[in-house]
Amino acid sequence: MSAITRDEVAHLARLSRLALGDDELDHLAAQLDQIISAVARVQEVAAQDIPPTSHALPLTNVYRADEVRPSLPPDRALAAAPAAQDDRFRVPRILDEEA
Amino acid sequence: MSELVKKGAAELGELIAAGETSAAEVAQAHLDRIAAVDGRVNAFLHVDAETVLAQARKVDERRAAGEELGPLAGVPIAHKDVFTTTDMPTTAGSKILEGWRPPYDATITARLRAAGLVILGKTNMDEFAMGSSTENSAYGVSRNPWDLGRVPGGSSGGSSAAVAAYEAPLSTGTDTGGSIRQPAAVTGIVGVKPTYGGSSRYGVIAFASSLDTPGPFARNVLDAALLHEAFSGHDRMDSTSVDAPVPPVVEGARRADVQGMRVGVVKEFAGDGYQPGVTARFAEAVETLESLGAKVVEVSCPNFVHALPAYYLIAPSEASSNLARFDAMRYGLRVGDDGTRSAEEVMALTRAQGFGPEVKRRIMLGTYALSSGYYDAYYGKAQQVRTLIKRDFENAFEQVDVLVSPTTPTTAFPIGERADDPIAMYLADLCTIPANLTGNAAISVPCGLADGLPVGLQIMAPVLGDDRVYRVGAAVERALEDRWGGPLLARAPELVEAK
Repeated sequence: MSAITRDEVAHLARLSRLALGDDELDHLAAQLDQIISAVARVQEVAAQDIPPTSHALPLTNVYRADEVRPSLPPDRALAAAPAAQDDRFRVPRILDEEA
Repeated sequence: MSELVKKGAAELGELIAAGETSAAEVAQAHLDRIAAVDGRVNAFLHVDAETVLAQARKVDERRAAGEELGPLAGVPIAHKDVFTTTDMPTTAGSKILEGWRPPYDATITARLRAAGLVILGKTNMDEFAMGSSTENSAYGVSRNPWDLGRVPGGSSGGSSAAVAAYEAPLSTGTDTGGSIRQPAAVTGIVGVKPTYGGSSRYGVIAFASSLDTPGPFARNVLDAALLHEAFSGHDRMDSTSVDAPVPPVVEGARRADVQGMRVGVVKEFAGDGYQPGVTARFAEAVETLESLGAKVVEVSCPNFVHALPAYYLIAPSEASSNLARFDAMRYGLRVGDDGTRSAEEVMALTRAQGFGPEVKRRIMLGTYALSSGYYDAYYGKAQQVRTLIKRDFENAFEQVDVLVSPTTPTTAFPIGERADDPIAMYLADLCTIPANLTGNAAISVPCGLADGLPVGLQIMAPVLGDDRVYRVGAAVERALEDRWGGPLLARAPELVEAK
């Protein structure tokens, strides 16, 4: 049995915002199936009641002083923008057109 | 080849300080070497001679003006293309960032400049640091100077190739699962993964934020220590930066003795899958440590065998989140914005075109591991394994001062051999991953040749015990070079220079 179906892979591509073609989905479905089967070995490790570690260092709530400091001027922040207008990033439409 | 490019960083720094040569002359010698060999090695993605010489002249002027400069002032360095640089493009090996000029310098870039290091250019890497060979770069593969048909390791393979090919005495890398130690091992040089948080991630294009660790490459242990010291230390711009003094790494490298130290051999990192020549060179390195007065014992770290699968859940999970920032809106590539498509459509088209196959695989794998219904079975479980590996290290370091293993199970593999077999590729990082999951310091130093190709010895120390890996690494280096009559790299074939 495969660990992951092609439909699931297509769904993951949508979630990941990757517009993949059919060939690429076929190829990835086979590879992901292999990789997931390999990494699924972690499930065999007896780890009941073991707390999770999310980070190498035991740091919590690192604060720094709330000081006003210089930030990037708009022209530098926008210098690499694919499109800019009026000191802002110009983006494609984000809402459907009104009916 | 100019004699200047054969010299190490410490020696070059001394010669420049003594006025026997200048930063500009040293920079020119390295530019000439790059021009002569990089057409075949392909270590660099970007070199601009004018920018390099301007930096070098500025160092010479600072010195002439009487400024107090550090030991590496005027020494050239190759900089991995994952660190932002305002005066050079930064691509992370990806088409999605082709030609991008970052608006600010990474903290490490700024510290290199402050220390007077001369940045020769940006080095090739697996796209977004995902890979072990540079074959995942969008800009072609880098080649191993020992055998141009083989990979130089990865992801920091441009940086390892540059140093091994005498194009630079030093380079920077980042190590998320072995991306400094593995390329160092397979090219016969020194590479260090510092303690996590010991080197700043600010301005380092993120792959897996809880694992990413910048570190140095050099041709000897002392040079690596000098670079480590030059760019490390607390950074208020990185909230996971350790607010503690930099461990005395240069002192450790100079001390270079292991008398009375307890060295643990990781029992689990041997056997099937390990090339016989790698096993033999490793055993000799352990004997060398013993002959130098170290007390060697075997140590079991039973959960280390689970590190690889846990890593391939944790790292892709973090990557899928980190790489969401490449959304075609603020910088980088934008595809298909024809006035009719929505932002979401443009985003999906751009990402499909801008990312290569391995990056897509990992984003999808991470999205899967984090998705509802699978989270506990995969990501949650991997985090528990991470705890078990941490406990293995803690138990081991109650018995020994450092742990040792081969850095990689095999020597450099031929280009193309593992390119379309992700699982075979992932095995290159089998021995290096545990230290990433727990944040420990680790080094790879050359320990000989197997079938004519370099083998690396990995030395691991507790968190913030970075000085120990330098101390032990330098001791092994000294003893082995005495035996070999010179550095391992002196045995690499000469690269014929283009006229």
